Amino acid sequence: MAFREIDLNMGPQHPSTHGVLRLKLAVDNEVVLRVEPVLGYLHRGMEKLWESLTYTQVVPLTDRLDYLASLSNNLAYCLAVEKLAGIEVPKRAQYIRVVLAELQRLASHLAWTGFMANDIGAMSVLLYGFEAREDILDVFEEYCGARLTVHGIRIGGAVRDLDAPLIARIRTVLERIPKRLADIRALLDENRIWKERTVGIGRISAADAIDYGLTGPPLRASGVAWDMRRDIPYSSYGDFDFEVPLGANGDVYDRYLVRLEEICQSIRIVGQALDGLPDGDCAARVPRILRIPPGEAFHTIESPKGVLGFTIRSNGSDKPERVKMKSPSFINLQSLEHMCKGNLFSDVVGILGSLDIVLGEIDK
Amino acid sequence: MPAALVDRPELRKALDALTGRFADAVLGGAVEAGEISVRLRAEILAPALRFFRDELGFSALEDLIVCDEYQAPVEGGKRFSVIYRLYKFPGAVRARLAVAVGEGGSLPSAVPVYPSANWAEREAFDMFGIPFEGHPDLRRIYMADDFEGHPLRKDFPLAGRIGGL
Amino acid sequence: MTPFVADVLIPVGKIVAVILYPMIMVVVMIWLERRVVALMQGRLGPNRVGFQGVLQPVADAVKLFFKEDIIQRQADRFLFNISPVLVMFSSLLAFCFIPLGEPLRFGTYTLTLWIAESPVGLLIVLGLSTISVFGVIFGGWASNSKYPLMGALRSVIQILSYEIPTGLTVLTVAFVARSMDLVEIVRRQESSGVWYGFLMPVSFVVFWISAVAETNRAPFDLPEAESELVAGYHTEYSGMKFAYFYMAEYAHMVLVSSLVVILFFGGWLPPFPGVTALRFLHAVPGFVWYLVKIMFFLYLYVWIRATFPRYRFDSLIRLVWKWLIPLSLANFLIVALVRYLL
Repeated sequence: MAFREIDLNMGPQHPSTHGVLRLKLAVDNEVVLRVEPVLGYLHRGMEKLWESLTYTQVVPLTDRLDYLASLSNNLAYCLAVEKLAGIEVPKRAQYIRVVLAELQRLASHLAWTGFMANDIGAMSVLLYGFEAREDILDVFEEYCGARLTVHGIRIGGAVRDLDAPLIARIRTVLERIPKRLADIRALLDENRIWKERTVGIGRISAADAIDYGLTGPPLRASGVAWDMRRDIPYSSYGDFDFEVPLGANGDVYDRYLVRLEEICQSIRIVGQALDGLPDGDCAARVPRILRIPPGEAFHTIESPKGVLGFTIRSNGSDKPERVKMKSPSFINLQSLEHMCKGNLFSDVVGILGSLDIVLGEIDK
Repeated sequence: MPAALVDRPELRKALDALTGRFADAVLGGAVEAGEISVRLRAEILAPALRFFRDELGFSALEDLIVCDEYQAPVEGGKRFSVIYRLYKFPGAVRARLAVAVGEGGSLPSAVPVYPSANWAEREAFDMFGIPFEGHPDLRRIYMADDFEGHPLRKDFPLAGRIGGL
Repeated sequence: MTPFVADVLIPVGKIVAVILYPMIMVVVMIWLERRVVALMQGRLGPNRVGFQGVLQPVADAVKLFFKEDIIQRQADRFLFNISPVLVMFSSLLAFCFIPLGEPLRFGTYTLTLWIAESPVGLLIVLGLSTISVFGVIFGGWASNSKYPLMGALRSVIQILSYEIPTGLTVLTVAFVARSMDLVEIVRRQESSGVWYGFLMPVSFVVFWISAVAETNRAPFDLPEAESELVAGYHTEYSGMKFAYFYMAEYAHMVLVSSLVVILFFGGWLPPFPGVTALRFLHAVPGFVWYLVKIMFFLYLYVWIRATFPRYRFDSLIRLVWKWLIPLSLANFLIVALVRYLL
């Protein structure tokens, strides 16, 4: 018997597949030959379900898609509905939405940093990241009562206004995060072991990345400056001054650096939004049963995982005819095989982690 | 939405180039809501996609949407409407290609032109039952391999079928 | 002192002590690891069971004791059962040769704080601790499953590769002390006044790194890393057999720490022997000093685990073959040369 190709199975229950994902690997000694993700373990039939609910009833269900960044899902769906129905969102509500979305980006990226470091072996960083994230989740809890599936962005605006104590609390939280980030960076950035496991691993070129439909931090780490907040600004993102971090090599290390830098930029954006918060309503007046004349709208946002979009088609009734979600993790996961080919088996975990996938979003 | 997207002369030029190339197979096109929107016949789907990618510069396929319109079929009784959303980067321009396909019909696969269509087409096959010719690995993606039926069709019950999973 | 007491009771008592000592240290280590790692991560760790959680290891042992002992149908039963025993056995047996302190005098009787003293004690200890490799490879093979097999192979390659720098650095100590007897090595450090860890720091550092790799501890714990191969060679074990692997790993850590302390840091000797102001340190018995020093190195083990990411397997092997072995060879030549000239 030639001790050549072994078929290995990772998951669906495995400490590092970030959810119920099954990876069928073909390994030659230690080198990966083929990676085939098997999906559907978390398929809940969301799109079918949405066709039988009213537009407003769909919003809480969108929380459960990317459950680590639920406000982003809310925002994407609400923006698509507002585009379709022609609802004008007041300026103050737009700023509040920016604050919430960027806080959610912070939470998502901090959780990612923890998971990524834990997969590679640095267990303490997991807890440092989660400790920083706890502050943000406490802010969400004070804002609308939920920590994870937040549902704080509704059709027409946000669920309630940001009052002065909450704004002060958000500012305190923003001051604490850079220190935690500095701790994490001191442990990992120049660490020889970390760099050996991330530099040059899972490389994808800019051209391949666009071909495979990669979006979000993995695409920007390959040097492609594609950020929906910049390209097609939504919800007043054009008013804010921020940079879009880019990487050079498209490997795991660059994705790590890009996300850490995005954390810093998000803190900037939230600060600017809080400083320049205009007066007005926190939401537009929207009828509870929203009937939208026939039409179709597609709207994308830059969620922490990539470009998230909703296509909504209406037929005049109070329920949507078809809602299709463009899921960034679903599309990003396609490029896993391309990135893993030729790397070692131990790197699969690192590369999968660097893509930052959430199974709720992939499996809908 | 920024006003600059609403009307752009270069989109109109691109649309004219398209209708010039595939005259009889383009069933309708317009520049609306800041994007090119065309309706095509299924036969020219593959060359049209290639035209969009190579000559008009739409480098990315953003999404592949299938709608089941069996109550109001278009184009002579074809039940499904498949929409390809393309994106031009850099430039932030969108294009929307709509193709109609009937039950039992099939479409050419977009994978040779846009590799990111791979799983999107598998999802369309799984959920609606539309086969794509030339797809490297057309299997169900969400449902179990031996599942019968296509869940997102309008005549598939919301609560599922007894006996199916 | 009747012959019965001297020839039967005391040796039996020593054997019992030699089995109990690593077991007690294992219990301490389980608690220490969980508490220290937790505190370093900003959380508390076990602090409910007993005062500050010191009874947590007891709770763990009871839990593992009651777990079902599952052996798969396709596993090789004999090898499957004997692997944990082999791993534990090799660690425990080596403790017979570890000296804990100066012999104690009770009237006319001298009680030696070791079971056996051999002129080649160092060699025997190293040889015995390598028997654990058999336990690893048998465990991985007998499980008849892909993940344990890959974990066992990686483990074996790692242990065998890291034996080489271990041997070379230990040889430098043997050279300087002109003996392989562990008791003699400590006595030479006493008489020469300087501990070998300060005389030959390169030896110490290389030995320490190799020791961490030999015991499959972080950052060299890829064979048993949770996020990679589920649990490596002991994936298929449950209940008491798994507890054996777990305890054997800690016992091996204690053994290695003992070796480091004896070879490089003076064993049971108090620090600063020449300084008259610190003369009171000599009042503390030798084996207390020995315990204090071991605890420091065990703490160092835990500290490293909480801090560093994991080495990938090929980096691990590259590290030993490209860096540690040439370094230890060069070190050995230099020490031999210096010893010859002086």
